[in-house]
Amino acid sequence: MVTRLFGIVITLLIAVTVQAGPNIEHWQTTNGGRVYFVDAPELAMVDITVVFDAGAARDGDLSGTALLTNAMLNEGAGNLNADQIAAAFEDVGAQFSNSSQRDMAILSMRTLTAESAFEPALQVFKKVLTKPDFPQASFERLKKQMLIGLQAKKQSPAAVASRAFYSNLFGDHPYAAMPAGDEQSVNQLSLASLKAFYKDYYVASNAIVVLVGAIESQQAKDIAQQLLSDLPTGEKPEPLPKVAQLANAKTVTIEHPSSQTHVLMGQPGISRRDSDYFALYVGNHILGGSGLVSQLSNEIREKRGLSYSVYSYFRPMHEKGPYQFGLQTRNDQAQEALKVMQETLQKFITNGPTEEELLAAKQNITGGFALRVDSNSKIADYLAMIGFYDLPLDYLETFKAKVNAVTVAQIKEAYSRRVQADKMITVLVGGKAE
Amino acid sequence: MVNKFKCVIGLLLVLPTIVAANVSEYQLDNGLKLIVKEDHRAPVVVTQVWYKVGSSYEYNGITGISHQLEHMMFKGTENLGPNEFSRIIAANGGRENAFTGRDYTAYFQTLEKDRLEVSFRLESERMRKLVIDEAELLKEREVVAEERRMRTEDNPQALVREAFNASAFVNSPYHHPVIGWMSDINNYQAEDLRQWYQKWYAPNNATVVVVGDVKPEAVYQLAKQYFGPLKPEKTALVKPQVEVEQRGKRIIEVKAPAELSYVVMGWKVPVVATVEKEQEWEPYALEMLAGILDGGNSARFARDLVRGDEVAASVGAGYGLFSRLADVFMVVGTPVRGKSVEELQQAIMVQISKLQTDLVDDKELERIKAQVVANAVYERDSVFYQAMQIGMLETVGLDWHLTDSYVEKVQAVTAEQVQAVAKKYFIEQGLTVAELIPMPLDGNKRPIAAGGRHGH
Repeated sequence: MVTRLFGIVITLLIAVTVQAGPNIEHWQTTNGGRVYFVDAPELAMVDITVVFDAGAARDGDLSGTALLTNAMLNEGAGNLNADQIAAAFEDVGAQFSNSSQRDMAILSMRTLTAESAFEPALQVFKKVLTKPDFPQASFERLKKQMLIGLQAKKQSPAAVASRAFYSNLFGDHPYAAMPAGDEQSVNQLSLASLKAFYKDYYVASNAIVVLVGAIESQQAKDIAQQLLSDLPTGEKPEPLPKVAQLANAKTVTIEHPSSQTHVLMGQPGISRRDSDYFALYVGNHILGGSGLVSQLSNEIREKRGLSYSVYSYFRPMHEKGPYQFGLQTRNDQAQEALKVMQETLQKFITNGPTEEELLAAKQNITGGFALRVDSNSKIADYLAMIGFYDLPLDYLETFKAKVNAVTVAQIKEAYSRRVQADKMITVLVGGKAE
Repeated sequence: MVNKFKCVIGLLLVLPTIVAANVSEYQLDNGLKLIVKEDHRAPVVVTQVWYKVGSSYEYNGITGISHQLEHMMFKGTENLGPNEFSRIIAANGGRENAFTGRDYTAYFQTLEKDRLEVSFRLESERMRKLVIDEAELLKEREVVAEERRMRTEDNPQALVREAFNASAFVNSPYHHPVIGWMSDINNYQAEDLRQWYQKWYAPNNATVVVVGDVKPEAVYQLAKQYFGPLKPEKTALVKPQVEVEQRGKRIIEVKAPAELSYVVMGWKVPVVATVEKEQEWEPYALEMLAGILDGGNSARFARDLVRGDEVAASVGAGYGLFSRLADVFMVVGTPVRGKSVEELQQAIMVQISKLQTDLVDDKELERIKAQVVANAVYERDSVFYQAMQIGMLETVGLDWHLTDSYVEKVQAVTAEQVQAVAKKYFIEQGLTVAELIPMPLDGNKRPIAAGGRHGH
């Protein structure tokens, strides 16, 4: 008896300590929407996010389609106009937002859970999601806004560099275009094409619903069911094409009347479900992903004072997202800074990290794990990622162990196989050296 | 409808008690203030060390020195090498950084809760034992110059805002930018930094804010252990530098390579720290007025200027009621294609005069109040933000309890009060307007003569 009790206590302790992340509940609505829920009872609020595989990667011939479709949803829905929709949320203190990137199209809402706030907010959220009216006047206005947005990007050397970087890195892959489109494509957008896009992609089987907040599990089930109930089941879109590796190095130089040159360098990196994910993630953490203590920051900023910000990161997406290096420096120092960045990368590929560096990186990543999930909004972001990329439900639970399992040899091997320093796209946007 | 607001108000009445109940306040013998807020939602803790110094404490020739010093705080102490601070925090799984504003300089670390000692040990070390090394300063000056190029020199809208402040404020130190003028950055000497550090970095000029899964008494003991032994400094008296009365509208232009025009309008207004007791409602009425104009997508700017009249591509109102010195109420915007900056300004002025002539209707007031109440709940999702509010209020010379009474005070604002501040402060005499004149990006020295733009 004593032994058995002891056994139970031990099990409980283990259960408690192993529980590294939040307890995620997952199910499907009757029409095929995938739902992810975490009960966070402490604050009387709830975050609801709905994500569709309806980002710019689905734009087809006219880039900007996905973004404008997403932006149109709260311009008129279920016979409410834009003013009425905005007021309906804000009358009860609810916050609504919509956005669209390359992979994801997102609608989200944060509201108090008090019924007097929650019910009206949920009703208008559902209308926006399932009954958009696509008013012509809004379409014309938002199109003009997009064109102005494109102009604004032209005056920013960072934005000019980013556009050139993606277009050269991804060639004819859908990831090459900017979600905001270009002047030509935006001018060609039609209301009919947006409606068609909505019909194809904003369907239940292509939806991930995330709920985090002070609601019971059964409530969450009812909310998700109700939210998607007016959407057809539809179909999941076809997988995106594979991203081709770069055949050659290429340098793109664009003149801009700025005092700094913005330097971007990179190549296709990893997908979200990549088998090399952890070796490359931890490796890059050491090289350029850990802020002021990374190798790149040490070489470029600490030792030489060449740039305020210098970084490298993998942006894992459905397919291979960019492995991107960046810095910005006074025009006359651009070549020097680029050279140091290239040499630091080359040295990392050749030598890999030291055992000490790897240990420090693991300590940093795992020792601060709790910080990744310390708020409802961060948990909601993780759930959206796990759901959208179909990662295992224990992704957060096993994260620390997977990071701790990475070895110096694995990082070296993965870098030498996956990162080609001699086949980088390099973009320089800036003025002449004075 | 009626029901809804009852419920919201009910929530409001309960809220301040909950919030205030878990905050503990201490003062060490050397003058250091410690404020601990318990938040047991996650096993994390944020430490923020706030110093009463920022760009508004600076004078000509050394503008931006508070920010440069913030950079140097990572560059070594008597017992820590350059960047070692960051490496130790990183090895402990922490995230850290620092920020400088007009009225404060603050340093922070977020850690798992059992690592709080690491942050206290390091922060107490650099509170009094910083080493300003000549060579490190020369490099870091370059880093700050690059930061300024990135944030300001190559950003036309930032250039306009900088020029706006330099025109709106004549003798108030809000005149100069937080990052400092380039010529000042290029000429800081090690001795300037040492003096600035000696003068302001002391326990009696600091507030340590800790928010997270901690026990206040244990935090207090830890603070006594690490910060207790530090010697206080005789801090300098800060001159009031009260801004001279503005005696007429100021209009300036900034020419910079750009595609879009842009305008900044600002009116001189009081803040909580500068109003007399009888007018203490005024900053809250101005806050409400900012909400009426720009508190979300249903507010008047979005509804009438972006959607209704389609005159603005973007337009926003900004007012911060918790600064140390009197400030401006700012409106910024970019016209849509085919409309001029004048037309946008006129549309903004129509909105202002409506506030002066017509009472805001109850529904709009209630909407802003509902948002304020809800935000008070939403803000608690972030330990960092909670610490920010406390630290900022304490550091500008106010009281952290204002985070709680803020909601009540906004709730108490009436339509008549909104009208009263609109009439009193939105007057031409207190107005400064700065306009961006876009120059071609290809280096041509002539302004762009695009349709809808204008020349003076």
